Amino acid sequence: MLSPAESEALFLSLSVAARSVAFNLPFAILVAWLLTRARFAGRTVFDAFVHLPLVLPPVVVGYLLLLLFGVRGPIGSWLYETFGIQLAFTSTGAALATAVMSFPLVVRSIRISLDALDPGLEDAARTLGAGPLDRFFSITLPLITPGILAGGVTAFAAGLGEFGAVITFASNIPGETRTLPLALYTALQTPDGDTLAARLATISFLLGLAGLLVAEFLARRVRRLVGR
Amino acid sequence: MLRVQLTRRRGEFMLDADFCAPMPGVTSLFGRSGCGKSTLISLIAGLLSPESGRVQIGDDVLTDTDRHIDIDARHRRIGVVFQDARLFPHLSVLGNLQYGARRLPRNAATPIRFDDVVTLLGLEALTSRRPHELSGGEKQRVALGRALLTQPRLLLLDEPLASLDLARREEVLPYLERMRDAMSIPIVYVSHQFDEVLRLATRVVLLDAGRVVADGELAEVSRHPALREIVGPDAVGAVMSGVVEGNPDGGLTTIRVGDAMLLVDEAAMPGQRIQIQVLARDVIIASERPSGLSVRNVVAARVVSVTPDVGHAVLVELDIGRTATLLARVTARAAAELALAADRQVWALIKAVSLRGHMFSAPAR
Repeated sequence: MLSPAESEALFLSLSVAARSVAFNLPFAILVAWLLTRARFAGRTVFDAFVHLPLVLPPVVVGYLLLLLFGVRGPIGSWLYETFGIQLAFTSTGAALATAVMSFPLVVRSIRISLDALDPGLEDAARTLGAGPLDRFFSITLPLITPGILAGGVTAFAAGLGEFGAVITFASNIPGETRTLPLALYTALQTPDGDTLAARLATISFLLGLAGLLVAEFLARRVRRLVGR
Repeated sequence: MLRVQLTRRRGEFMLDADFCAPMPGVTSLFGRSGCGKSTLISLIAGLLSPESGRVQIGDDVLTDTDRHIDIDARHRRIGVVFQDARLFPHLSVLGNLQYGARRLPRNAATPIRFDDVVTLLGLEALTSRRPHELSGGEKQRVALGRALLTQPRLLLLDEPLASLDLARREEVLPYLERMRDAMSIPIVYVSHQFDEVLRLATRVVLLDAGRVVADGELAEVSRHPALREIVGPDAVGAVMSGVVEGNPDGGLTTIRVGDAMLLVDEAAMPGQRIQIQVLARDVIIASERPSGLSVRNVVAARVVSVTPDVGHAVLVELDIGRTATLLARVTARAAAELALAADRQVWALIKAVSLRGHMFSAPAR
């Protein structure tokens, strides 16, 4: 049904999107928590910084990543020399670029859950003998699962289609960083690529729709589970 | 003995509280909404820190700003029940009940047993339910059980009935009375409903605008001028303790209060200790013993004081023996005609039917 190039692009997209969500979640939970519960100087600036990828052209994000994580960048060169990890022009790099782009979406979704959570519940847990970490894992985390899940699934669905940041930071390498949208773009640049482009567009459309439906289904299940 | 001496400022509002609560016993923190009761509870529980002051249970210092002591809420061994129950929505009732119990230190003594709490609060049929499947009253009973199972040495109840409608309140109150009588845990009970205080408390700390304006036994505080301001003129009435003597007369109950025997239209067991509230507006004063009246209670009394009251009325304090004191509201003109003044001997007339719903079982001592 799918040609080798098509299935390669499809699986690469799924893998990049999944890894981007895995990168995202721990940091997004921490940042969302800081933005709702912590009081610190520069909170507003930090908040704006977190939301930057929403308003910046993706190419700019990719370019900034290249400056920081490129082989000659300060973090990239350190990673390469210490661990032998190269991010630029690899599928892991594509996942990182995708993660940065969807980060504000995930933070936002978790934040909505945290805002809806009654801080009185944490106080109650405290009078019942729970310490700060215990309270976070036994009360806060389970109750914001709907937000984490919704954020994760949205980020996954959005990550399937990330283009600008990926092509700038990770380039368009078949089998390594040529995800669905990049393959589609490549097809459009090729003479006689129209059929392939149409097939790839259909796959993207179906994937996105499935992602949103799964998100809604999961959110309902979890909401019932946590008794909301 | 719980000893509290705390100050905390929030903008214009200054909380400056100083009181003691006997242990065991039920001490009610009573005052209007916004008088600082809930803040005080958070300070005692250790959820907030004071600007200055001390909190001490027995010899155990929990807060002392001079010595930089402020023990975290989770180590205080104080059970708290909040107005909004605050059950954990993702846990079953059983999970909620066990939340605190699971976090007790390994070597903690556990005199309060799970089965006893479940029976006492009638939670048998609820344990597998989720909080959102419970009524407001059931939620508060679970919250109460959850707090009890942390083996607290003090229980703070922060308006546990305030968010319930009248019917639900009546459903939960008997459980609170049972808990008070079955467990020897001292309780601090916050309320702005005086009838709850009447039913549950032995001592009352009256708060107004962040300050303690009266502090004493329920009977004492029930006659305090500051209380009249808070409960309003229609709810003014002396509270007295008494003992049920028997039920001799047509189903009415005889109780001994001071030197007087009062007939009350309410069932009770002989020997039971009770508290009774006699509303000031329900008491009639006669200069001579009247006859041919339907009123069942005619009590010899001595005028203690006559003070101005609302409108054209005065409030007359009447001694009916053994430190039992009544309050009566009469018009200033009537007081003048009867020449009511300190030490005058008079008769106090109280309808037995007016006492219905104003008699409550007293806390065990």
